[in-house]
Amino acid sequence: MMKQRGAMKQWSIRAVQAGLALLAFGIGGAQAQEPLKIGLVSVLSGPQATLGQQVRDGFQLAIKDLGGKIAGRPVEVIVIDDELKPDVAVSKVRGLLEKDKVDFVVGPVFSNILQAIHKPVTDSGAFLISPNAGTSNFAGKACHENFFVTSYQNDQPHEVLGKYAQDKGYKRAYLIAPNYQAGKDSLAGFKRHFTGEIVDEVYAPLGQLDYASELAKIASAKPDVLFVFLPGGMGINFVKQFRQAGLADKLPFLSAFTVDESVLPAQQDAAIGFRSGMSWAPNMNNPQSKAFVQNYEANFNVVPGSYAMQAYDAGQLINAALTATKGSTADKAALRAALKKADFVSLRGKFKFNTNGYPIQDFYVVKVAKRADGKFQTEIEEKVFSDYGDTYAAECPLK
Amino acid sequence: MRSAQAMVRCEIFMSLFAIQILNGLQLGLLMFMVAAGLTLVFGVMDFINLAHGVQYMIGAYLAAVMIAMTGHYVLGLALALIGVLLIGLLLEHVVFRPLYQRSHLDQVLATFGLILFLNQGVKMVFGASPLSVPVPAWFEGAVLLGDGILYPLYRFVIIAAGLIMALLLWLGVEKTRIGMQLRAGASHPDMLSALGVDVRKLFMLIFALGSVLAGFAGALAAPILSVEPGMGDQILILAFVVIVIGGIGSIRGAFAGALLVGLIDTLARSYMVDVLRLFTGAAAARGIANGLSSMFIYILMAVVLFLRPQGLFPARGRS
Repeated sequence: MMKQRGAMKQWSIRAVQAGLALLAFGIGGAQAQEPLKIGLVSVLSGPQATLGQQVRDGFQLAIKDLGGKIAGRPVEVIVIDDELKPDVAVSKVRGLLEKDKVDFVVGPVFSNILQAIHKPVTDSGAFLISPNAGTSNFAGKACHENFFVTSYQNDQPHEVLGKYAQDKGYKRAYLIAPNYQAGKDSLAGFKRHFTGEIVDEVYAPLGQLDYASELAKIASAKPDVLFVFLPGGMGINFVKQFRQAGLADKLPFLSAFTVDESVLPAQQDAAIGFRSGMSWAPNMNNPQSKAFVQNYEANFNVVPGSYAMQAYDAGQLINAALTATKGSTADKAALRAALKKADFVSLRGKFKFNTNGYPIQDFYVVKVAKRADGKFQTEIEEKVFSDYGDTYAAECPLK
Repeated sequence: MRSAQAMVRCEIFMSLFAIQILNGLQLGLLMFMVAAGLTLVFGVMDFINLAHGVQYMIGAYLAAVMIAMTGHYVLGLALALIGVLLIGLLLEHVVFRPLYQRSHLDQVLATFGLILFLNQGVKMVFGASPLSVPVPAWFEGAVLLGDGILYPLYRFVIIAAGLIMALLLWLGVEKTRIGMQLRAGASHPDMLSALGVDVRKLFMLIFALGSVLAGFAGALAAPILSVEPGMGDQILILAFVVIVIGGIGSIRGAFAGALLVGLIDTLARSYMVDVLRLFTGAAAARGIANGLSSMFIYILMAVVLFLRPQGLFPARGRS
């Protein structure tokens, strides 16, 4: 009797084990066909919508180039418009996490949105991959193992021009940026490598359109070089008015985010010859970048900027990581390790992650030029930084 | 030696000052063209038209499109103004006419809705990215003002155009019959209709005039300011400040108010930092100056409202 019961118990245990194994296999196998949900957060309304559109289009192009599948799983991209409002972004992102149960959130474009959505996403266990915003706090003390950036740390493009101005021997620089946090960070970034005299550091009201007053002061101050950070409509107006005031021939124009592909169609010839700093330009000479630029223009009829490039790389990053884990998002640690490896061919060539999840990459000074087909783009002029990690990584406790 | 240095510095200061005066005039005259229409509509028709700013925007967009299409500046501008006129008349007939008798709140709500609607519409038709309008070929280049500072010729053109418009408006309002009816309507609208003047036709005329002026201002500003959805909102606020300071219903008031606001705003933004630097350190001066210079015209408006609520040059009969 005891033996029989023992045998029965053993058999039932084995049955349960077999059942569980089947179930686990079933789940594992089923996940192979389960769609991979990725949330895309971007600014798609308002005057800054062109940047958000580039991010959305660049990312969706990457998914399209992968045939709509990553590691055999069909990809579902859920696009949400953060409207450049942090509270709207947070509530919509919560929807992505709780209702759609996304595994990845790709976004945002703007730093204030990043500050708002970082905690909700990383706390929930999903991975946040920023294709543009890279604030200093998340590069340093507040770094998180679930947060990756495919663009740069926000200070870096400004530092490029500071170093360039220093190396070129300019002694007197005039700086202008809008009066908000990013403007202050920009000029601080420029001054990090530039040790010459700062003739004046002007913070124009955010959204100001007529720079006649500032331009008159710049002309009368006669600096050696001008550094400008005026994104969006502000930059369009400044560049046009700068050219109209006849200053373009007299004063070297260095900038960040002021003459990029999102505003060049409005600035046109006024911006030719003006310099900026970035880790990539549409004329970059490697096969994957050339294919991307051609592909993007064929699909969207505009020259891609860094925003689109970084979003495309974000798509490639997710693909590389999931291919390594064979499509499984169950083991977060393995997925995280695969993401950290960044085992994909970036459009900008060399690319790897620092300990804080921000990139280590080369930076160049780029110059605006008109293409043979009449469109405008930035073109690489010279390399300024090689394998440049950001200055905040040392404060990050992650290894 | 020292006196020579001082003289050079004085010359630099004078040329910079002259440029800031010109900038202030240019901004002021642009605002005058927008404010003139607004003050007439508000003064004569007692109608609050928040959508006046989008008419400025539509003028800029139509100018961009027409100039690009025809390749010729004057023709493109003329076509754009005709377009602005037609759109203005359409808006008047469809949206505003039913609202004349309604309360100001209803008018505010309706015209605000119009702003949202037209801003979105423009974005849908032209996209979110700003359009580029080149400076017309004859007006390219810059004029050399003392100390090697170049001032764009086109800005002189804007000043000239604004002054001509002001002159034409003054002639029209002071010297013509319709102008007389307009002035009467600004002072005593009820009396005007009691005297048998076709008020409806007058309203349509005023509205058309205001739209064309605003559209013309937009078309003029397009080469130097970016043409994008929502570009009219900022100038609308400034126009309201101007007409409050100048006096509602008075074109003279709009002119004086606009020049005042333009000059004060420009000079404040240029010199506030330097003035404050006399009192505090550079960083603090910069920080305060930014906030203070943006506030200046609103402080001015508050002071005018406090001391002389009817405005500086109120329409006769409203003092």
